[in-house]
Amino acid sequence: MSADRLTVVGRSVPRLDARDKVTGAARYVSDLVLPGMAHAKIWRSPVPHARILRAHTERAAAAPGVLAVCAAADLPVKRLYFGPAYRDQPILAHEVIRYAGEPVVAVIAETEAQAAAALRLVDVSYEELPAATNAEQALAAAAPLLHPEIERAGHFRDLSGLRPIPGTNVCQHYQLERGDFARSLAEADLVVEGAYHYPALSHHALEAHCAVARVDGDGVTVWAGTQHPFPVRKDLAEVFDLPFAAVQVVVPLIGGAFGGKCYTKIEPLTAALAAKVRRPVRLALSLEESARTLTRHAVSVRIKTAVKRDGTLLARECEVVLDTGAYADIGPRVSTKAGYRAPGPYRIPTLRIDAKCVYTNNVPAGAYRGYGVPQVTWAGESQMDVIAERLGLDPLALRLKNLLKRGEEYVAGDTPIDGDLAEGLEQTARAVGWSTPLARGRGRGLTCAMKDGGGTHSTSCALVRINADGSVVVLAGSVEAGQGIRTALAQIAAETLGVPFETVVVAPPDTSITPYDWGTSASRSTTIMGLAVQAAAKDAREQLLVLAAKLLETEPATLTIRAGAVTHGDRTMTVAEVISGHYGLVGGEVTGVGSFVSGKSPGSLGGATVFWESGMGAAEIDVDRETGEIALLKYISAADVGQAINPRECAAQDEGAAMQGIGPALFETRVNDGGQLLNPGLIDYRVPTFADLPPLLETVLIENADGPGPFGAKGVGESGTFCVAPAIGNALAQATGVRLTELPMTPERVWRALRHAAKTERPT
Amino acid sequence: MREIAMAVVVNGEKHELTVPPHETLIECLRERLGLLGVKKSCDVQVCGACTVLLDDRPVSACTVLAFEARGRSVRTIEGLARGDDLHPVQEAFVEHGALQCGFCTPGMIMATVALINENPRPTADEVKHYMRGNICRCTGYKRILEAILDASRRMSGATAPNVS
Repeated sequence: MSADRLTVVGRSVPRLDARDKVTGAARYVSDLVLPGMAHAKIWRSPVPHARILRAHTERAAAAPGVLAVCAAADLPVKRLYFGPAYRDQPILAHEVIRYAGEPVVAVIAETEAQAAAALRLVDVSYEELPAATNAEQALAAAAPLLHPEIERAGHFRDLSGLRPIPGTNVCQHYQLERGDFARSLAEADLVVEGAYHYPALSHHALEAHCAVARVDGDGVTVWAGTQHPFPVRKDLAEVFDLPFAAVQVVVPLIGGAFGGKCYTKIEPLTAALAAKVRRPVRLALSLEESARTLTRHAVSVRIKTAVKRDGTLLARECEVVLDTGAYADIGPRVSTKAGYRAPGPYRIPTLRIDAKCVYTNNVPAGAYRGYGVPQVTWAGESQMDVIAERLGLDPLALRLKNLLKRGEEYVAGDTPIDGDLAEGLEQTARAVGWSTPLARGRGRGLTCAMKDGGGTHSTSCALVRINADGSVVVLAGSVEAGQGIRTALAQIAAETLGVPFETVVVAPPDTSITPYDWGTSASRSTTIMGLAVQAAAKDAREQLLVLAAKLLETEPATLTIRAGAVTHGDRTMTVAEVISGHYGLVGGEVTGVGSFVSGKSPGSLGGATVFWESGMGAAEIDVDRETGEIALLKYISAADVGQAINPRECAAQDEGAAMQGIGPALFETRVNDGGQLLNPGLIDYRVPTFADLPPLLETVLIENADGPGPFGAKGVGESGTFCVAPAIGNALAQATGVRLTELPMTPERVWRALRHAAKTERPT
Repeated sequence: MREIAMAVVVNGEKHELTVPPHETLIECLRERLGLLGVKKSCDVQVCGACTVLLDDRPVSACTVLAFEARGRSVRTIEGLARGDDLHPVQEAFVEHGALQCGFCTPGMIMATVALINENPRPTADEVKHYMRGNICRCTGYKRILEAILDASRRMSGATAPNVS
């Protein structure tokens, strides 16, 4: 269907959830109240590594309102350990504590206040162990070994090939080599090498992790703020040794996620506590506790690039080390992807990539909007500007010369590039005024990045039900975390069916009702769930036309559906009339089924990339030489969306992502002192506020309808975060000659670097 | 512990309550009165998600004690629309797409109502300054800024047509 014939897709219809969200009627997990519900609180370890001697729970158990106090041994579970890559994480610490903030004891009481009061009566005696609280320490020969043995979880096909290094803290070692590195170095006119560091970050979705669980004769039901209801179901089934059918995971609206709610978190504990007291239990973490649940990986990247005098890239070597904390979570996959994506979106004949995912005694690190891309892009795109400067080339021209073209392979065997990267970068450059004169003291920087989008080996299924009154319910497991997926899926269903957008609703995920979905992550839902919904809607449409053809005494191929009406020549029936005409009453329904399974590939990841999510960014800054403060004046972000299902929401996703990227570029970082997180909450962990909104923040949507998704769509939402830090870093280098290799670019760091540069230039 | 008897008007409706002295306003509104649109996030008066109006002034309900509202008037997000008719600020947020996950939205809207009440035609810089205590992790603020400026135009247009 060509874009000019689209009636619902491509339009910025209002979000389905907008009215409820502006009136306070929207209900989130943390708003849920069940009859007889009790409340849980967690006693967390004050030290990063220790052997547990004894949990003293007697005083807390005797406190007012307390129903039970549980250490690991008290939990009524069949299996204590869970995790998406390895079953390495205990529901409560068992024998060993591996990070400061790890849950050790849970208190369940009638009220939240009683549980909190009783928590102060819990005491745990332990013997401290030597801790490794950064990746360097954990890789040292004498480092304490966090997990002498690890068991694969068997959750995801792409993780079946994980390569831990036995006897070390490395739980995944990803390598990719092609070409002859020594020869490339010999042929090069210039070899540039640098080391870059990206800090650990907190997600700080405004709704902290929350779950409510009920356990009864039918099984386990958990209402949870999770991006992965079906993987959570699998973990719960294993924890309680139940069939999937006896485990129900329901996800209402969730108050932000950004990867922090990927995979299983507090759901097994909440369900185990509900089983313990035989009542529904609610566990609502504080924001500080969420920051002790998951982080973005701190990453060190050593990157070396060989290049010809004319700017042709010959070879790139990337050594990526990720601090994944005490439990692997999805860190092994983040590490693989960080390695895979480290070279950047360029034609580079020779590659040598080595990425290590390292256990440490820190808070577990996992998914955070872009899975390693912001970290490796900070290194690779900073270095592209170093190369341009050393060769006297325009940074834009250097990139354009090397950018992959549509149809070229990034890595042999993987899906060829499906977009026009150069077009995106040129539009970004135009929007920031790249070729216009720059005011004195200012700097501009440009960045380009790309990731394999959609997740490797990714599956979604959907049902589209046309009711007898003509209204439509879409059953899809995609979680609404704010990205607008319910609205996008309703648009896809309405367009495909030929019914008004207003008649379509998308039900919230419920694993007992909604068909399987791999998860809401990797910018995958619009493309992959979109294809499943589109297939289900086509199926429903065909069935509907068969019914209509019988009623109209014609063939289905002669019929059209538009705006909810089936037309045959000059005769018209509404969708409702067709269904009730067939069933003979206002009952019955038409149910369409659809699914999408992404393909295998001989390429490095094992699965074919569904689409390439590319992003470009350009920054214009001013630098206060006295204080080192960077003022971000303009930020342009470009995203290749293929075909925007809802242009306003696509742009909004990209703007939000860019703003989230401004944080770690300029001020955001977790402060870790020997395994102690010193800034867990929003008082001392600064996230971007209104005051940080640059005078110009603009998104460019690239639409060539060249995506594999419905109507040519591609996923969006992560790419806006990729480019911000290196774009600002490159602008800083242009404005001042000073280049930082460590984030964030705080006034102090900039000021020190300026002072150092001044001293080096004018020795006293 | 001696409980405190108090009368408070919430969203135009008078309530006679007896509250413990340590009960916070957010607990009172959410758990006693079922006003779940008041959102709890940082719990330390930084994020603005729990912003409500106390005698038309914005406060963080997480760090105000319930008894401090004694004899006063509280307005929450639930008290803004008139039946099916949205408040102009709510309308502007919908039309500009100024929300994503929506968790900050009730507080953001209540702070906007207070802002426009104090300063009917704020400049963009005044909005950014006034609203810096309301954190949004999703939108990047741009569309919220546009919605606020638009709402202020509509409201001043409706109430004071002569002001340009």
